[in-house]
Amino acid sequence: MVRRLFNARGAELIPQARMSGPMPWVIAIMVAMTVIALAAGLALGNAVSSAKAEIEGGVTIQILEPRADMRAEQARRAVDSIKMLPGISGFRLVPQAELDALIEPWLGTGIGTATGSAIPVPALIDVRLKGPATPKALSTIETALKPIAPSARVDAQSNWLKPVFDAMVSLQLLAIALVALLALALTAAVLLAARTALGANRDTIEIVHLLGGTDTQVARVFQRSIGYDAAGGGTVGLALALVVILSLGRRFAGLGAGLVDNGALNWSDWLLLAVVPVLATLLAMITARLTVLHALRKML
Amino acid sequence: MTTDGEIIHFDNVGLRYGTDREVLSDLSFTLFPGRFYFLTGASGAGKTSLLRLLYLAQRPSRGAIRMFGTDAITVPRSRLPQLRRRIGVVFQDFRLIPHLSAFDNVALPLRVGGHREEDLTGPVRDILDWVGLSDRIDARPPTLSGGEQQRVAIARAVIARPAMLVADEPTGNVDPDMAFKLIRLFEMLNRQGTTVVVATHDLDLLRKVPDSLIMRLDRGRLSDPTGALRYPPRKTL
Repeated sequence: MVRRLFNARGAELIPQARMSGPMPWVIAIMVAMTVIALAAGLALGNAVSSAKAEIEGGVTIQILEPRADMRAEQARRAVDSIKMLPGISGFRLVPQAELDALIEPWLGTGIGTATGSAIPVPALIDVRLKGPATPKALSTIETALKPIAPSARVDAQSNWLKPVFDAMVSLQLLAIALVALLALALTAAVLLAARTALGANRDTIEIVHLLGGTDTQVARVFQRSIGYDAAGGGTVGLALALVVILSLGRRFAGLGAGLVDNGALNWSDWLLLAVVPVLATLLAMITARLTVLHALRKML
Repeated sequence: MTTDGEIIHFDNVGLRYGTDREVLSDLSFTLFPGRFYFLTGASGAGKTSLLRLLYLAQRPSRGAIRMFGTDAITVPRSRLPQLRRRIGVVFQDFRLIPHLSAFDNVALPLRVGGHREEDLTGPVRDILDWVGLSDRIDARPPTLSGGEQQRVAIARAVIARPAMLVADEPTGNVDPDMAFKLIRLFEMLNRQGTTVVVATHDLDLLRKVPDSLIMRLDRGRLSDPTGALRYPPRKTL
């Protein structure tokens, strides 16, 4: 019944601006910013979870003995002891060549030959636990190693990156807060637009009322009008955001950094981003409907 | 209290805008179905204010109004549209929707009432033809003359066959021939059972409807020159 306030010949009760007014472009900007903020939040979330999963069960044992022969002996014993511990899924004594490669960017090659003595680089054992590296698991390893390798230092790998993870989680929360704020701003913008449209079409609304039109009929006219604007603006906003996200993605991919690569968006993330304009349209329509109904209640 | 057969009953109704003096005072009368009423009075006598009460654009400041057996003062807002759909209104200033064509303006009461699109094309074209605007169906109000706009407004008021037609100076902007034709249309509707209330200060118009009853407003108070407000009404002019 309400749909018939619009007829087959396209006449509509409220004049339609159709992308020519400011509203669709305000919505386009809101949606673009929301999609970018959400993409950032999702990418950070992915990076954190992926990196956490990788190093969650990772433990590094450093044998800090300065004498090379004793260091090698303690490392060998430590490896033998770790083999016997429960909850270990794998381990690896990092070869000397790899250790040399690690310090090479700072100290160069042939340092032992040049100085007459080798630098006492700690022996490293990379251990993978079956579960997360909890304080209890670390304590078990430390207890086992203490008698055979007193210079051993046991660290959970996740501890090193904790400040980074914390910062990333904060950024993720910031992104979520931005999305919420943008939704609030969109609601406020639609509320203002609906009130302005109500004011501008007050005479038409009064006539429709006097002809027997209901509040619901009038509200649906506005709801539909704002729905068109929001759908158009949302599509433009999504397109703009996708251009930004894809170009930023290409730039980050060029960095070749592991943490950044882990932040790639998966298909469910893309789906969620695509839903943003739909949600924005629904939010705009509901806001318009409630605003108009509320305002109409004050009329006879 | 209303009795059977009454469609409108005013009981000691008063109306004031803001804190000004009352523009309508102590109105008590009853309108009966199938009657033709003229509401006369000098400019500023309160004709338009009384009509606004009749077509539910305004609530009175005091008194009681019953319309079609319903208390129009306490009726919930949700039930007002049903009451309003039984009333056709010709506004003094036409109040056509400027961006809609003549066809769409006239079709509006039917669309609001839920008629199907295919059911309204014929009646709308017929009524526009009847008021002599068959060649202006797609014209928008700003492109129509005052008389043409008035005819569109009248077509819109009668298209849904209302139980009561309220018209505020409906012939003010049309030539005498068209005025006569419009009054004949009102009479035709009246013969089909529609109660007609026409506000006018055109005395010639009163004479064109010999069976009509006259309600006269004088500074917001009603006088009853033809016994319109009594029951059974006295039928003299």
